[in-house]
Amino acid sequence: MLALAALLLAGGPAAADDDPFAEARAAMVKAVADDAARTVEWTGKERLSPRVMEAMGRVPRHLFVPPELQGLAYENRPLPIGYGQTISQPYIVALMTDLLEPQPGDIAFELGTGSSYQAAVLAELVAEVYTVEIVPPLAASATQRLAALGHDNVTVRAGDGYYGWPEHAPFDLIVVTAAASHVPPPLIAQLRPGGRMVIPVGSPFLTQHLLLVEKGEDGALTSRQVLPVIFVPLTGGH
Amino acid sequence: MAGEGTRDPSRPGVFIAVALLSAGVLGYEILLARLLAIVHWHHFAYMIIAVALLGFGAAGSLVAVFQRPLLARFRTVFGVAALGFGAGAPLAFALAQTLPFNALEVAWERAQLGWLFALYLVLSAPFLSAALALALAFRAHAARAGALYRMDLAGAGLGALGMVFLLDALALADALRAVGLAGAAAGGVVLLWGRANRLARAGALLAVCVGLALPTALPESWLRPHPSPYKGLSLALTAPDARIVAERHGPLGWLAAVESPRVPFRHAPGLSLLAPAGPPAQVGLFSDGGAPGAITRADADLRYLEAETAALPYRLVERPRVLVLGTGGGAEVLRALRHGAAAVDAVELNPDVPDLVREVLGADAGAAWESGTVRTHVADARSFAARAPERWDLIQIALVDSFSAAAAGVHALDESLLYTVEALGTFLDRLAPGGVLAITRWLKLPPRDSLRLLWTARQALEGRGVADPAARLAMIRGWKTTTLAIGAAPFDAGRIARLRAFAAEYAFDLVWHPGLAEGDANRHNRLAAPEFHRGAVAVLGPDPEGFAARYKFALAPATDDRPFFFHTLRWSTLPELLALRAQGGLPLVEWGFVILAATLVQGAVAAVALILLPLLALRAGRNAEAPPRWRVALFFASLGLAFLFVEIAFMQRFAVFLGHPLYAIAVVLAGLLVFAGLGAGATERLERFAGRVPPISLAATGVILVGGAWLGLLPWVFEAAQGWSTPARIVVALALLAPIGFLLGMPFPLGLKALGARAPSLVPWAWGINACASVVSASLATFIALHVGFTPVLGCALVLYAVAAALAPQAATIPAIPWRGRR
Repeated sequence: MLALAALLLAGGPAAADDDPFAEARAAMVKAVADDAARTVEWTGKERLSPRVMEAMGRVPRHLFVPPELQGLAYENRPLPIGYGQTISQPYIVALMTDLLEPQPGDIAFELGTGSSYQAAVLAELVAEVYTVEIVPPLAASATQRLAALGHDNVTVRAGDGYYGWPEHAPFDLIVVTAAASHVPPPLIAQLRPGGRMVIPVGSPFLTQHLLLVEKGEDGALTSRQVLPVIFVPLTGGH
Repeated sequence: MAGEGTRDPSRPGVFIAVALLSAGVLGYEILLARLLAIVHWHHFAYMIIAVALLGFGAAGSLVAVFQRPLLARFRTVFGVAALGFGAGAPLAFALAQTLPFNALEVAWERAQLGWLFALYLVLSAPFLSAALALALAFRAHAARAGALYRMDLAGAGLGALGMVFLLDALALADALRAVGLAGAAAGGVVLLWGRANRLARAGALLAVCVGLALPTALPESWLRPHPSPYKGLSLALTAPDARIVAERHGPLGWLAAVESPRVPFRHAPGLSLLAPAGPPAQVGLFSDGGAPGAITRADADLRYLEAETAALPYRLVERPRVLVLGTGGGAEVLRALRHGAAAVDAVELNPDVPDLVREVLGADAGAAWESGTVRTHVADARSFAARAPERWDLIQIALVDSFSAAAAGVHALDESLLYTVEALGTFLDRLAPGGVLAITRWLKLPPRDSLRLLWTARQALEGRGVADPAARLAMIRGWKTTTLAIGAAPFDAGRIARLRAFAAEYAFDLVWHPGLAEGDANRHNRLAAPEFHRGAVAVLGPDPEGFAARYKFALAPATDDRPFFFHTLRWSTLPELLALRAQGGLPLVEWGFVILAATLVQGAVAAVALILLPLLALRAGRNAEAPPRWRVALFFASLGLAFLFVEIAFMQRFAVFLGHPLYAIAVVLAGLLVFAGLGAGATERLERFAGRVPPISLAATGVILVGGAWLGLLPWVFEAAQGWSTPARIVVALALLAPIGFLLGMPFPLGLKALGARAPSLVPWAWGINACASVVSASLATFIALHVGFTPVLGCALVLYAVAAALAPQAATIPAIPWRGRR
């Protein structure tokens, strides 16, 4: 565990200058930006917010994957992290974060911490992040990792996130990364008017589409299905 | 050489052993499909087995090359190879489970292809071992090829039938042990039969004892399938204190109920964002480790059942008599009761499902289900509907994915006989006046199978003489599901108003109802454009074909002849999707389809290699009497392809008629194999009867005539007998299968025998070609059916039999009639 802490400290944002992965990370961010530019038709995003891209460029993804997979950490692909879970593809993380339109003063809730990469990216962009993970060992390693990286604005809890985190509600942003058959009604209740929620729909290695839920100032809900793929026109080609 | 088998004292033993070994091999194939569908996913299971079966072709090549030394030690080689299959069948599966192959990662990680290859190698070993024994037996006893083939096919047929029963009676690990024991017994019979030498006898006895002991001694944990960590069951079990509280094994699948006290299981697919409450704590229900469902207590807070798209039909019919097709954990039954259904008939294919639900819920909650209002039926949805005398106000099919033989791992793609034009027609016939057929499906983006479903419903209505089908259709979508309502009568303004009110109440979107304006179609779960509505307008409009031709996904309605409802990928779109791999294109690739194509390519390449390589070694053994090798190859390849084509096409046609995927195996597959075995056994009589006509041509012509007649006759017979009881339909099926099966069994042993008389060294090679062709044939048949249907598959088979008949040498060219064998 000490070795992990040392590794984390060595690779932390403070040591970015001599980070051997800095170049790879910059290349990943560029790949993500290129992808986003090509999927504008379905996502409605000309480009992803510079703040989000900067956050992606700061978070050392290689410290969020198992040591033996560090060499693949900056490829634009999902990777296994154990317990049947994956760290999402950077492009999907960037798109989801961007859809949330995070603001510096926001309070965010995440259901499904997993590798805690999404929480770390959000932590770079908002005031507080509260995240709940079902699998206790994943929650424990996320707590250690985030502390070692200096993300003291993230609180990880092991347990059932279905009922949100009423003590810290309402939330400006909510992410439901745990594969869910439905959006838990308590989470919708804990979304602040004007707030946004993102849910990826799909299986561990394949995100089918993203569901973006927006709560108006009057409390009315609208949602949008965002297909993260360039695929137009559906008809035509003839 | 060919006659040496007649002097072999172990010959009766060999014939028995061939039957035992064949039974083991076919049982192993079926069992492996079940096991690998649990560990991985059924598409991959199919491909892995198809490739591993090429071990048969490899064995043919090996025996062709090394036949002299192998024949010299025939009894030992056969015995050891059979024992090898017996030990290898369970061991190979245990070893395969330890390989870190992750099917989901194949598209991302090249190293996975290496693990896949390792899987092929490991699992092909037992097939190779068994095939070595079989190929050698055919080489040694070519003169009695008909009798040997009879035992081979009869064993295979009984093995298939036996495995269906074993899967019902035994745990999977024990079924695996039973397969191992069949192999060991086969080895034992040959090693011990008529052996005089005491020492040799003692040695053989020892080997057999070890062979019999090994499968039984292997630890349970090695042989029990462990699902991939990415499957729903494994994920559910990562929650603290989560555990399997009940499970059932059966030929239709492995069911596991999971209770998770600290992080309760909650399943409400596509629940409205405006739902007042979520589902109560439930018990997770998993089939083959995936396809999650849930078991819900009847006395819990069930308001969530009103807030899913599947609740739509209850706004269209009042106090309905409901037919629920596919009960699963019981959500649809509870939904019906919650909405005040007057009566509920709940139909479930798998008897283990209601049984498990009853066990999990206990007597009290079970009673709510089994009140006077609810009647549970264990039956196939379609045949139940076809034969039921009553009519219902609502027929509800919600998120039931497949009622097909795919559940038993027989086919590469999820064929579904539930969503075809013919099936919807059957369901429509069972609606009371004013009734509604409601179908809820997963929502897919871009719109694909939802549009196909609309078009399928349109054709079903048109088939019932409805002039304006669009007036009887309505569809809504949530963010994860779509629900289609098909009316027995046009939807009037009152019903449309109620439908719109329901959609507005729960923020569901309108895809189609008569008179829907585009501006109303994309309001709540917004897409970049109202693609669903536009697609619906097109497939219900004057030129659906024109629209479909321009669309990037295949939309044409599924039929019983092309029952691939889930297959919407078009070849022309595939490169675009693969190029967009990193940008989210991958989920749109249908892996079943890609895997089928990959299986076909791998199979074809391996088969060609396995057929060509032995030729290098066989060059030396040329003799003047031997027929040209291209002719031998083409003849046996045609037979291998054609036999499986007929088998697969018939399994498909009869599955609808018999109305249960297991009958497809137990009656059609086993029946065809056993009848073919009888035919093979009758070849010597055919030779006497044929006179100067080549008997192969006679048998092949028979297949073509009967097959052709059946093509025309089957729809008529099926129509007439559809309403009969199950035993009566099984008798009809067997009566239809008997003549064609009998004829199918003849050409191959006749060919082998003739070849054995003229060029015995080519026998194992020919046997291997036939085996390779059979393996490729299974994928090729599905591939053809996918594009043009199962009837053309049968057509292709008849053409191939014509090719085989033409290639059978004319008696006149060889005065001694060697093609009729040495007698």
